[in-house]
Parts: sequence; C-alpha cells; structure tokens
Amino acid sequence: MDVNKPLQPPRWGGVKAVLLKFKDEVLQKMNNILNNSETLKVPSTGGDLGEAIRVIETPGGGVVLSKLDDVINWARSNSLWPLTFATSCCGIEMMAVASAKYDFSRFGFEVARASPRQADVIIIAGTIVNKMAPVLKRLYDQMADPKYVIAMGACAISGGPFFYNTYSVVKGADHVIPVDVYVAGCPPRPEALLHALISLQEKIKSGLTREQIKQGI
Amino acid sequence: MIDQELKNKLTELLPTATFEEGGEWPNINVEPKDWLLLANQLRNDASLHFDYLFCLTCIDFKTHLTMVYHFSSTKYRHNIVVKVKLDRNQPEIQTVSHIWKTANFHEREVYEMFGVNFLNHPDLRLLILPDGWEGKNPMRKDFEDAVNMIKL
Repeated sequence: MDVNKPLQPPRWGGVKAVLLKFKDEVLQKMNNILNNSETLKVPSTGGDLGEAIRVIETPGGGVVLSKLDDVINWARSNSLWPLTFATSCCGIEMMAVASAKYDFSRFGFEVARASPRQADVIIIAGTIVNKMAPVLKRLYDQMADPKYVIAMGACAISGGPFFYNTYSVVKGADHVIPVDVYVAGCPPRPEALLHALISLQEKIKSGLTREQIKQGI
Repeated sequence: MIDQELKNKLTELLPTATFEEGGEWPNINVEPKDWLLLANQLRNDASLHFDYLFCLTCIDFKTHLTMVYHFSSTKYRHNIVVKVKLDRNQPEIQTVSHIWKTANFHEREVYEMFGVNFLNHPDLRLLILPDGWEGKNPMRKDFEDAVNMIKL
C-alpha cells in the first residue's frame, strides 16, 4: 500500500483488491521468516508479550503475529483478581500490598473479590488449621478455572512456627490444594509478595502447567 | 483498695491463704476445697466487688496443674490473681460459672485443653475441638497426637 497516495472513496472492488494485495505481502513476509531470510523483530519495549509475538513490518505499519494461546495467557496474567482470604498476620501484609503504597493493582491484581466465583488467584495468607482446611478446599473448588494459588509465608508453606508439636495446624497448605508460587517470610515483605505475584504472571505467560514446570520442561 | 489492704482483707476472709510476691498484682494461693467459698466472697463482698473475671487459664507444671484466675473490680479498679493447685492425675475444681458468666466458656476451654473437671458446671463439653477429642488434652506437656504431630 502506498501511504502517500490520497485516500480514495471506498469502492468494494478496490477495497478487495487492496486487501488481497495486503494479504499477498503478509504471506510473502511470513514466507521469508520461515525461510530465515529475514530477521524477526521483537518489540524494543520488551513488552508483556515478550518473545511470544512477531512483528512483520509492512509499509504503513506492521502486522503482529502471535499464537492465540499466548494472547489469552497474556490477558489472563494481567487480570488476576485475588480472593479476599487471610487467616492470620500475613493477611495484614497482604492488605498493605493492596494499599496505595505498594498497590498490586498496578500489575493487574485489580481488586480483591469477596466471592471465590469472581476470583482468579487465592493468596493463602496465614496459618491453615485443621478446621480451616475443608473451608480452603471448598473455596478453591468454587473458583472458576483457570485458578491459581500463592502460598504466602512460612505457615502456608510448611506450618511455619507451628510445624513442630502442634495438634491443630496443617503442615503446609499444599496438603490441601495445589500451590503455584511459594513466598518465604514470616510474614513476607510486601515486595516479596509483589515478586511472587509477578512470578505467577510469568508462569502463566509461559503457558506451561504446574507439572510441566516442576519437571523442568 | 491498695494491694496491702487487699491482702489484709483476704487474710481475714481466708486465714490459710498464702501470697506470692513479685507479680504486678497480688497473688493468692488457695486450696481447691476453699475455692468456691472464697470466689463467692470475692464477688459479693462489698469492699472487694470483683465483678470482672478477665482471665481464666491453666498451667501444666508437669508435677501438678495450676488454675489461674485474674479478677478486676470495675468499681474500685483493683485487681487480684488467684492460683489453685490441682492434682495432675485427677484435676477437679468447683465451677465459678454461676458467679461470673464468662467462666462458662473459659472453663470448657480449660476442660478440653487440660482435662480439668469442673464440678457442677452446667454444660461441660468440648468448646472448640472436634467431637471425639475427649481424653486427649492438647495443652498438657506430654500430649502427643499420633496423626498430626511431627517430631524433630
């Protein structure tokens, strides 16, 4: 397409011809990419999609190529709403991360939802006791797929200070539900939780399942 | 009343009682058989008027159990701690739930955690622990739970 040419009034035949020509150009470019005769251009911003996208430069703009899965994962990872779920002091730290100073909304953890049916990620912030375990399981089951779990702090990882000699504490929330990201700390700093949230986003963008990541594929 | 006056008054009411020094509040040691009588006096004596039982707990000393009651008077703003030594093998003490209503739940908690039998308690059953926990007292020092315990 010649961008310098003034726009013509639309005529269907003309539009169709332009589109066909455009399609030919793109196909040609893709062909070149497949034959490695042309280098790929990744956005210099190092944007969210990273290497999942290909940019084909065309006169007057460009065409972005990507897999639909990658686009979906990108969208998902940037709109993860956490469940309002806190069982002990880590919850206070989680609230601090939600507040203006740290503000996890900046990364797409927009608002904490009070209903599991509207939540995408459950941040286990605190000790899970035997009586709470079935509740946690139920909340997890009520969340819509795809759903993710972050174990925040020592208690959620292993039972924490209650690991030894306790009759009432579950020794790690992963005895109850599968966990995606573990954050160490007692409680973790807000920065640590933010890092965990971003790690979860990267995990989602990688498009791999928990099991695949564990096996190091 | 200041602490010394409290002590004098309590010695007058219960000559066998002994006092411990060093605490923030006056500490009085009482025999289990004297407890119910003293409790009534603490609540009803016009100059004592301990109308607020703000802590009821138990301690396992391995050789014996000690019931600890913290009282306060909302009228006179004085406090007192009462300690009652119990036999660890057969811990029994009179309930005070009819004097201070709050003791009802607290005694149930001590009952499930330490196995102290509160005589004449109107509703002595487990408070928080799930059914079937009777006989296993998690706050006893020698407690071991075969299912949940992790030993190091």
